[in-house]
Amino acid sequence: MILDGKCPTGPIEKSWDKHRFDLKLVNPSNKRKYNIIMVGTGLAGGAAAASLGELGYNVQAFCYQDSPRRAHSIAAQGGINAAKNYPSDGDSILRLMYDTIKGGDFRAREADVWRLSQVSNNIIDQCVAQGVPFARDYAGYLDNRSFGGAQVSRTFYSRGLTGQQLLLGAYSALSRQIKAGTVQMYTRREMLDLVVVDGIARGITVRNLVTGEIESYAADAVCLASGGYVNVFYLSTNAKGSSVTANWKAAKKGAFFANPCYTQIHPTCIPQAGEYQSKLTLMSESLRNDGRIWVPKKAEDIGKLPAQVAEEDRDYYLERKYPSFGNLAPRDIASRNAKEACDNGLGVGPGGRGVYLDFADSIKRLSEDTIRERYGNLFEMYEKITDENGYKRPMRIYPAPHYAMGGLWVDYNLMSNIPGLFVLGEANFSVHGANRLGASALMQGLSDGYFVIPYTIGGYLVTVKPGSVKTDNPEFKKSVEDVKATTNKFLSINGKKTVTEFHRELGKVMWNDVGMARSKESLTEAIKAIPQIRDEFWNNVKVTGSGADLNQQLENAGRVADFLEFGELLAKDALHREESCGGHFRVEHQLPDGEAKRNDADFSYVGAWEFKGNDKEPELHKEPLKFETIHLAIRSYK
Amino acid sequence: MSDHKTMTLTLIVWRQKNATDPGKFETYTAKNITEHHSFLEMLDCVNEDLIHAGKEPIVFDHDCREGICGMCSQVINGAPHGGQDRTTVCQLHMRKFKDGDTIYIEPWRARAFPIIKDLIVDRAALDKIIQAGGYTSCHTGGVPDGNAIMIPKPIAEEATDAAECIGCGACVAGCPNGAAMLFTGAKVSQLALLPQGKAEAVTRVRNMTQAMADCGFGNCSNHYECQASCPKGVNVKFIARMNREFIKAQLDY
Repeated sequence: MILDGKCPTGPIEKSWDKHRFDLKLVNPSNKRKYNIIMVGTGLAGGAAAASLGELGYNVQAFCYQDSPRRAHSIAAQGGINAAKNYPSDGDSILRLMYDTIKGGDFRAREADVWRLSQVSNNIIDQCVAQGVPFARDYAGYLDNRSFGGAQVSRTFYSRGLTGQQLLLGAYSALSRQIKAGTVQMYTRREMLDLVVVDGIARGITVRNLVTGEIESYAADAVCLASGGYVNVFYLSTNAKGSSVTANWKAAKKGAFFANPCYTQIHPTCIPQAGEYQSKLTLMSESLRNDGRIWVPKKAEDIGKLPAQVAEEDRDYYLERKYPSFGNLAPRDIASRNAKEACDNGLGVGPGGRGVYLDFADSIKRLSEDTIRERYGNLFEMYEKITDENGYKRPMRIYPAPHYAMGGLWVDYNLMSNIPGLFVLGEANFSVHGANRLGASALMQGLSDGYFVIPYTIGGYLVTVKPGSVKTDNPEFKKSVEDVKATTNKFLSINGKKTVTEFHRELGKVMWNDVGMARSKESLTEAIKAIPQIRDEFWNNVKVTGSGADLNQQLENAGRVADFLEFGELLAKDALHREESCGGHFRVEHQLPDGEAKRNDADFSYVGAWEFKGNDKEPELHKEPLKFETIHLAIRSYK
Repeated sequence: MSDHKTMTLTLIVWRQKNATDPGKFETYTAKNITEHHSFLEMLDCVNEDLIHAGKEPIVFDHDCREGICGMCSQVINGAPHGGQDRTTVCQLHMRKFKDGDTIYIEPWRARAFPIIKDLIVDRAALDKIIQAGGYTSCHTGGVPDGNAIMIPKPIAEEATDAAECIGCGACVAGCPNGAAMLFTGAKVSQLALLPQGKAEAVTRVRNMTQAMADCGFGNCSNHYECQASCPKGVNVKFIARMNREFIKAQLDY
């Protein structure tokens, strides 16, 4: 099937305005008749629930945490982009769009990226009005910093806490609506199924994580804002509870999964210390503004203290290879180069999997106090984890799985191929192409939540009669029974290995064979290995306790079971995409200098997969990508 | 990867099946722990052993494991988050302990935080306080340009100091009165400092302090345990500021 993104036609500058005018409106007095389900309350879901509630819709919002304030958006540190051009350094909406399309290696939809760039400026205004304490200059105006993949300074920030502050802004707006009664908030609930009636999304089945009860909720539209899936690698920068489950349940009910192989490996994370490790911690990319990345040139210098390696014996490899962007090269490039340095035996620290991020020059130039003011909390965090002082000796960093550019396929209205199912934020695939630039995730979450879905969902709702399907529909009952059966299955296997042991095993396959460098051989190997782990899981997992109360092992078993299915699809997508682009690097497809080699003639499309069952091949549907404003070009940061 | 010598520790952990169960301490041994394990990773190891032995693992709240989501909540040896300066449980590392140590692990204990199971408590009361007024009532859209509202840098910095609160509830757990005044004071202060929040300052402080009392939190009697317990170092001066805002609100008709 050829998919149609239903993007507006005509000049790109007018596209969103024209589309908003063309969308049908729901009469204010009719809005309260519509129920909308929001799964996830991070930047996208929290902002959307608050905005939809304020418009007058009835919103039921769900999160697995104990409060909507804890979604993993909170962990974003560095900042949020906007095309304000406050520093007068040449920025514009078109330039932000250009940087985003190019950064994504020409694998995103132009119209969506234009819209994102256009509303980026509204986001900053909105957050300021909420009382988000952005950094200010001495005159009292908003301050900006630089981020990877851009030559302008367009990133707004609040210390190293930007995600936290923006999320708390959305949470405060959401809290106001909860108080007003327009949003009903359900915490400690996990979505375990999507209910589809006659081809239309009508509700969800959730597990109450405290009582174990399986509950049904019906609505006129279901929105998923459930985040990304890179915990499929086991070790990642995501929260422990982040999973593909909500998305995957929808995929199993017919929603197409787009570009699952586009995963971002973030270059500046703290290297792994041991086998027992449960997650990897990110250090904001903003550190690359003032930190210089290097490894020793000579293998005999590896064991030395960094200060003992002479200046001329250091390889500042990003500055050497990418003189115009230097240490601010995009994430995929910075990550691949770190891996290459370590593969060449020049990595530093335990296991040789690390490169230095050195602040000595900046401290000399600006003073330690200035560096502390800019990144103090990051240096503190680094010291807590590694017991090393980043002001005195260079930090050690290594890439780690961080973000999913892929996600459920959506059209320009953020609606999936299942009518009534909308997907927002990281959970959809829409704007980042094959690689996301720094400070763009917060922008997308809030753009979808505050400024896109409140318009586009109305265009769908006017076409449906409110409240036409209720939870007494047999599909809801069947869904509850299915969920209960799966829960009972987990509890009855009583095997020998824990859920975490299986997750680690899957993670090793994903990281080694489907990680930063992928080949036909490694992917074929992974596609063979994953079903074997999955089969063993369903015969040999041990989940203690019962389904009738709070049971974290049971929760985790469900998430890992889904990763064991989804991981295979991710590997298949990576195998089918015979090109390198952004975060997807196939070793067979590289330019002589080791850069990603795209194949625009054959792969300039969105690959959206239809799940057909674990023992059947998924079916690929394509949405061709057209580049009319930003012309296809080889991505160069030299 | 790690060739460091390992530790063996004795854990005395609060186990409680549900809100009505009286609960009791149980003793466990944590083996093969290195100095690089985080505290939660040490508990993960104990739990893996328990599962293999067919026993129910210890449940505890956690999520981001990088000190920002505010989910983790344990009283370790009597101190919320373990007592290391400005550190959440998830960022506490085992190098702060030594081989042979005995460690007591308990949930947050406060009237407003009923225990759900083991080390997990119900902190919905903190959300109720925010719902009572921890926001500016701005609409989505229809707001002025960000630079139209100028904010002196020192004010922005102080508001950010207050806004660093992660809502974990350690301040409540550390307070002998089970008060949430540091939590509430931080939000009241952040919004009272900023021009965007001034319009509603009077109703906000009234409503939020009322919600605090309604939820069963105690009052401040200047022990400063909240500040000492706070993993983000939120300063008690924000309680003083809230008190001033409260008094101002009493004079406002």
